[in-house]
Amino acid sequence: MINHLPILQVVIPLLVAPLCVLFRSPRLVWSIAALTCWIILVIAGVLLHEVLSNGVISYEIGGWAAPWGIEYRLDEANTLVLLIVSGIAAVVTSYARLSVEHEIAEDTIPLFYSAWMLCITGLLGITATGDAFNVFVFLEISSLSTYAMIAMGKDRRALTASFQYLVMGTIGATFILIGIGLMYMMTGTLNMADLAQRLPAVSDTRTIRAAAAFLTVGLSLKIALLPLHLWLPNAYAYAPSAATALLAATATKVALYVALRFMFTVQGVDFTFGQMRLDLILLPLSVVALLAMSMVAIFQTNVKRLLAYSSVAQIGYMTLGISMASATGLTGSILHIFNHALMKGGLFLALGAIMYRVGSVELDKLAGIAKRMPWTMAAFVAGGLSLIGVPTSVGFISKWYLILAALEKGWWPVVMLIVFTSLLAVIYIWRVIEVAYFHAATDENSGIKEAPLSLLLPTWLLIGASYYFGIDSSLSTSTAKLAVLRLWGGGL
Amino acid sequence: MDLLGLYNYWIVILLMMAGFYIVISCGNLVKKIIGLNIFQTSVFILFISMGKVSGGTAPILAEGITRFSNPLPHVLILTAIVVGVATTSLGLAIVVRIHETYNTVNEDEIHQQDEDAE
Repeated sequence: MINHLPILQVVIPLLVAPLCVLFRSPRLVWSIAALTCWIILVIAGVLLHEVLSNGVISYEIGGWAAPWGIEYRLDEANTLVLLIVSGIAAVVTSYARLSVEHEIAEDTIPLFYSAWMLCITGLLGITATGDAFNVFVFLEISSLSTYAMIAMGKDRRALTASFQYLVMGTIGATFILIGIGLMYMMTGTLNMADLAQRLPAVSDTRTIRAAAAFLTVGLSLKIALLPLHLWLPNAYAYAPSAATALLAATATKVALYVALRFMFTVQGVDFTFGQMRLDLILLPLSVVALLAMSMVAIFQTNVKRLLAYSSVAQIGYMTLGISMASATGLTGSILHIFNHALMKGGLFLALGAIMYRVGSVELDKLAGIAKRMPWTMAAFVAGGLSLIGVPTSVGFISKWYLILAALEKGWWPVVMLIVFTSLLAVIYIWRVIEVAYFHAATDENSGIKEAPLSLLLPTWLLIGASYYFGIDSSLSTSTAKLAVLRLWGGGL
Repeated sequence: MDLLGLYNYWIVILLMMAGFYIVISCGNLVKKIIGLNIFQTSVFILFISMGKVSGGTAPILAEGITRFSNPLPHVLILTAIVVGVATTSLGLAIVVRIHETYNTVNEDEIHQQDEDAE
């Protein structure tokens, strides 16, 4: 049983997805989904413990030996991502019951949870697999279910947002498929570890360079790296609140993990940074993403949209760390994947609670709600401070590593940029705080009560975690450093 | 290398660009889905044609068969075709719902209606 955990992690949510459609009662379906997510979290915890104490786990599906069969390969890097995805899934699913009942018609709730479980299956599968084509398949499983979830949003613009994401996401996934195909053409293998061994011999060909270009563009679309982020703001703004929290905290992170896997393990540091000079492309894009998207966020009137633009900016931090092509920079990136998942997840959960009581997250509707919903707004402020990077919060830890990495390189302008964009974050978070705390409550808002406990607890769980790992960062930092060693060493 | 000898790649590139152009240029959402389909089909052809070995037959274990085409890309593309069908059906389902809500499938008109509503 215990040595089948890598595959059970992916298969259990996959099997629960059709069960969700069979049971028609929303409460029952939610209970099953939440229970499954907690089971997955336990499995991810066991796997991480196993990897940290005994090293890499290689699981052969159906007993077919790699590189012929499909291999699931768990090392420090992807087990950490597995833990993030399953942890966020467990907390957000526990939160989802009331929020989903409020925002989605009763007869479609089982279908929503079915898509929800499929999305989690896809994300876990992408992370666990050691097979390049398997990545594409799971990517499409998670993407297709994501499109369906976004389209279930109450606002009619959710439909166009979902359609736009479907078109851009499919182009991105097809690009990834072309990249994988071209690499297969030159090496005759799809197993990542095997690819890593065979690629150096053919790396100086136009086919492999084209493959790297297709993969980078395709994955950038999924990561929402500027200028390929256009699908993200509308998708996050109009999706159901619970779905936004799940996606914001996991989907782009998993895509970024895949990019890291291809850049470092499969293609290798020498090829990615020595031959292709990907750092020279990523650096300006990250800088522009940080500056432009933080400024765009300041001018948003819908708070969900505001946080969505902030997400695109924060992705800039992650790619900035990669573009430094140094171990410290990469540590900062991986830490920010972990840390940003906690704080953005918490922030979107707080917004979901506001949506549940107020029925809107337009800025002008939130006047004076801090008096009515003190705990929810306190969670928002705490999450916002973490986003800014106040010491004792997780945001501080990852920015600290990024600044260290920039100092190592002697890139003073980048250090200034990180500090300056943190100030921009102060402005957009302050705009919400100002309206919620210092504006007089409108008549419509006078009857609003604090959010129910089942929404508050998960929100505070994530916010609390984002301070726990800010004060005692030994677990996240040491795992991130091990992950960097693994990626940098070629992952073998 | 003989340019015409690589005609399968020319077809792939032609189809890919045609599909991509339709996705970008057409305001009609159904046509966008069709463009997306053509775009994906070009990649299917890329995979399938790369598995072909000149003079090779089907990969069957039988007397006298020594050269055969690589079946793996074909199997991969079976999966990719299924993904493509799922994407198309989901895309069309969303278009149907957009049509029910906005009474049009034209991108500009939808955008206009959203602008007016604000």
